[in-house]
Amino acid sequence: MNRPQEVLHVEGLSVAIDTPSGTLRAVSDVDLHVDRGETLCIVGESGCGKTITSLGIMGLLPRRARLSAKRLELEGRDLAKLSGRERAALRGDRMAMIFQDPMTSLNPVYTIGNQMEEIYVRHGKGNHKQARERAEYLLQKVGISAATSRLGQYPHQLSGGLRQRAMVAMTLMCDPTLIIADEPTTALDVTIQAQILHLLDDLQREYNMALILITHDLGVVARMADRVVVMYAGQVVETGTAEEVFAAPRHPYTRGLLDCIPIPGKTRPGAPLGSIPGMVPSLLGPLESCQFRNRCPQAFADCAKAAIPLRETAPGRADRCLLPLGTPAQPRRASEALGAAE
Amino acid sequence: MTSIERDRIIISSPAPTFEIEAPSPHMIMRRRALTHPGFLFGATVVLATVLIAICAPLLTPYDPYAQDLSQRLIPPVWAVKGSWAHIFGTDAMGRDYLTRLMYGARISLTIGFGAAAIAGIIGTSLGLIGGYFGGWVDSVVMYLVNVKLALPGILVALSLIEVFGGSVFSVTLILGVLFWDRFIVVTRSVTQQTRVSDYVTAAEAVGASRPRIILGEVLPNVLNHIIVIASLEMAVAILVEAALSFLGLGIRPPTPSWGLMIAEGRNFMFFQPYLVAVPGIAILVLVVAINMLGDGIRDITAPEGRN
Amino acid sequence: MSRFLIHRALIALLVAITVSIIGFTLLRLSGDLASALAGDTATQEQIAQTAHLYGLDRPFYVQYFDWMWKALHGDLGRSLFTNEPVTFLIGQRVGVTAQLSIMSLIFALLIAIPLGVVAATRPNSWIDRLSLGLAVLGQGMPNFWFGLILIIVFGVSLRWLPISGTDHFSNFIMPTITLGTSVMPAIMRLTRTGMLDALDSDYIRTARAKGLSTGSVLFKHALRNAILPVVSLTAVSLGFLLGGSVIVESVFALNGIGFLAFQSILRTDFPVVQSIVVFVSLCYILLTLLSDMINAYLDPRIRLG
Repeated sequence: MNRPQEVLHVEGLSVAIDTPSGTLRAVSDVDLHVDRGETLCIVGESGCGKTITSLGIMGLLPRRARLSAKRLELEGRDLAKLSGRERAALRGDRMAMIFQDPMTSLNPVYTIGNQMEEIYVRHGKGNHKQARERAEYLLQKVGISAATSRLGQYPHQLSGGLRQRAMVAMTLMCDPTLIIADEPTTALDVTIQAQILHLLDDLQREYNMALILITHDLGVVARMADRVVVMYAGQVVETGTAEEVFAAPRHPYTRGLLDCIPIPGKTRPGAPLGSIPGMVPSLLGPLESCQFRNRCPQAFADCAKAAIPLRETAPGRADRCLLPLGTPAQPRRASEALGAAE
Repeated sequence: MTSIERDRIIISSPAPTFEIEAPSPHMIMRRRALTHPGFLFGATVVLATVLIAICAPLLTPYDPYAQDLSQRLIPPVWAVKGSWAHIFGTDAMGRDYLTRLMYGARISLTIGFGAAAIAGIIGTSLGLIGGYFGGWVDSVVMYLVNVKLALPGILVALSLIEVFGGSVFSVTLILGVLFWDRFIVVTRSVTQQTRVSDYVTAAEAVGASRPRIILGEVLPNVLNHIIVIASLEMAVAILVEAALSFLGLGIRPPTPSWGLMIAEGRNFMFFQPYLVAVPGIAILVLVVAINMLGDGIRDITAPEGRN
Repeated sequence: MSRFLIHRALIALLVAITVSIIGFTLLRLSGDLASALAGDTATQEQIAQTAHLYGLDRPFYVQYFDWMWKALHGDLGRSLFTNEPVTFLIGQRVGVTAQLSIMSLIFALLIAIPLGVVAATRPNSWIDRLSLGLAVLGQGMPNFWFGLILIIVFGVSLRWLPISGTDHFSNFIMPTITLGTSVMPAIMRLTRTGMLDALDSDYIRTARAKGLSTGSVLFKHALRNAILPVVSLTAVSLGFLLGGSVIVESVFALNGIGFLAFQSILRTDFPVVQSIVVFVSLCYILLTLLSDMINAYLDPRIRLG
């Protein structure tokens, strides 16, 4: 049952990739949903499946990848039932995507204006003249001055920050209800990062669209997220509102992530920052245990016995861990324990 | 919480060491080589041709130069008047065609390999020098390449052979002097990339002499590119030699160059097409095999460069 | 961009001068052109007379500058064989070679580019393997032999096409196919590689994310990027075809400058040979300059810095 505000509903999304060495579980059984006006952040380290999940939602997976889902609905419409052409009709129109590197994500041989206008015309929103007017309007909206001349320029003539702004404007051409931004600020300077995030925030407030922000940077999450989904090794390991997850993280991985960054007010000056030793496990073969147990300081026998189910403790609050609720985090280093005692 | 503490068994230490068994580069390459159909085909054919060329006297009772006008223009064994005595028939002078084909392999392989080697030495040296020193040295090298590229190769080769004669030695030398441009281009670019790498900088910092750096650090990197280019240029040299001999300004009769055999067979080709078809197929098979071998080597040693 | 082009033009000029010296020297490398011309039975006195007649007894640089000076005024000397002006001889025949080269190039492009594009969109499919197979075959086949085979099959057995002469368009069909198949493989491979790289790129992912049609993604976005190096290769191939047509012209008895050069080499007709060598080289140099300009124009990163 969909709530009227719900834009995207995903249940049981899995992506398997066939490789010469076997089938890779790139994404296993992911659930997520976003409402209008809501920002959902998907967090995780490189290779955890967050990008593939978003590509799967958009229908942009490579040939070798196979997607399966219990439910995959955009504005109530079942995406899995659509043909390739119908899917393509939705892309750029109802749902749009911003990619990480604006330099390589824009075609170097066409002008900014050309690349923006073609979306508008392709989805039948109007003719070239109208497309041009809308492009100019949106460029100004994202804070690019001299929009008219910028339309006639090529990607290499803009700075990194301007390029990313132009990409944001590009996604808005057809006024989509869902925007997925995959690490939109990672390739940019720190000062520009803040500007782009600010821009996305403003735009979302004004257009009331659903925003999925994919990132590995918890600072971005803290700044932008209404709700958070933490992914590890292709699985969702924790979900909740930003406050819930930051204030009381349940999954040892989430806790480890938060340990790694200094939090103003909480982390004492001079305290060592945590780290999560070890590596992500191989994604080949069937799921038969907790994927994090080799790096988890609180792992015990049952963690290796079977796949861990997602445990929903409240609407929208879930985690994939066997530790009973309320178990405190294990101190990571002896020195930290000493520090606490001081 | 005591029950939890009782049951808690740490499965593994927080920082497990993962022993990754990585196969050595040689093992990887060998596995790739043995499963690469193009490489296997190319290597087999080239090896077979070399063996045939070397062992030709043992494989055939005929003399490639012995004329016997009573035996002229006998068609190959599969034609109506053919016989097993002359599997590929005889040419206009009564010489056994298969025998001439086998001895012709010697010409093609010698010239092909020789020209590629000469071109390789010239081109690689110039490429290393230009790529390593940069600046005006590099400009001179590129200028030489541009001059070479502008000249029409076939016409220059024809002129030079007219002046210096058409022995195997002179043809090899002339072709070698005309094909070094691809070597330079590739060697130069690899040298430029390698030059700015850390281990070369380290060698320079330690005070290693320039020739030592070039030969010791840069050359090994360039080597597998050179092998690939050499095989491709060898194929080209064989084709060009055949063309020159066909035109009459290459290997002179009665030496059994495959190109020359085609030229000699041309006069009779409407009635005895095998005279033209058979040597041409031989050239085609050998050149294709060498090209596939070269491509195969490239795939095996650096597959990331391909798609 | 204009500074870049001026730089290239200057280098081209330097190369052209060097090439003219080399072309001039080619047949004189034996050291004694006069005796070659005078013949085997000539006496010393006859050889000396021949040398004087053709100005071969002057110092080398004098001969070169004399020739250069006259050439820049349109006088390329006279053929030793027919005594006709070299400019006339070249002018008579260059049309045939140009026609053959251009037709061969168009033939090659018409096959190579579509094949390369389709092969790239369906990697490892049968069409991909077919195109690579054709490329391998095209690069491995001696083109004079292929011409002869075509003559045997289409000219004689089937009697569809004429086998010599230049008066009719159909005379050019088999030569075009022969010459075209020698340049087709490289262009096809380059197109295929370029398309594969383009289709793998981020901007194609963006184009798909925008919901653009397959045709738009392939042709508007991918091909436009992939075609840049192909344009250069095409220009260079044309230069190569001009110089390499001698073989095909001989096989099909076409009266082009390649065949003329070949005959002149055999006859040691040095005024003709040196002029043709330099002429073909200049064409190549101009074509590469042209391809640089086209490249700079097509790629906005070069055009607008």
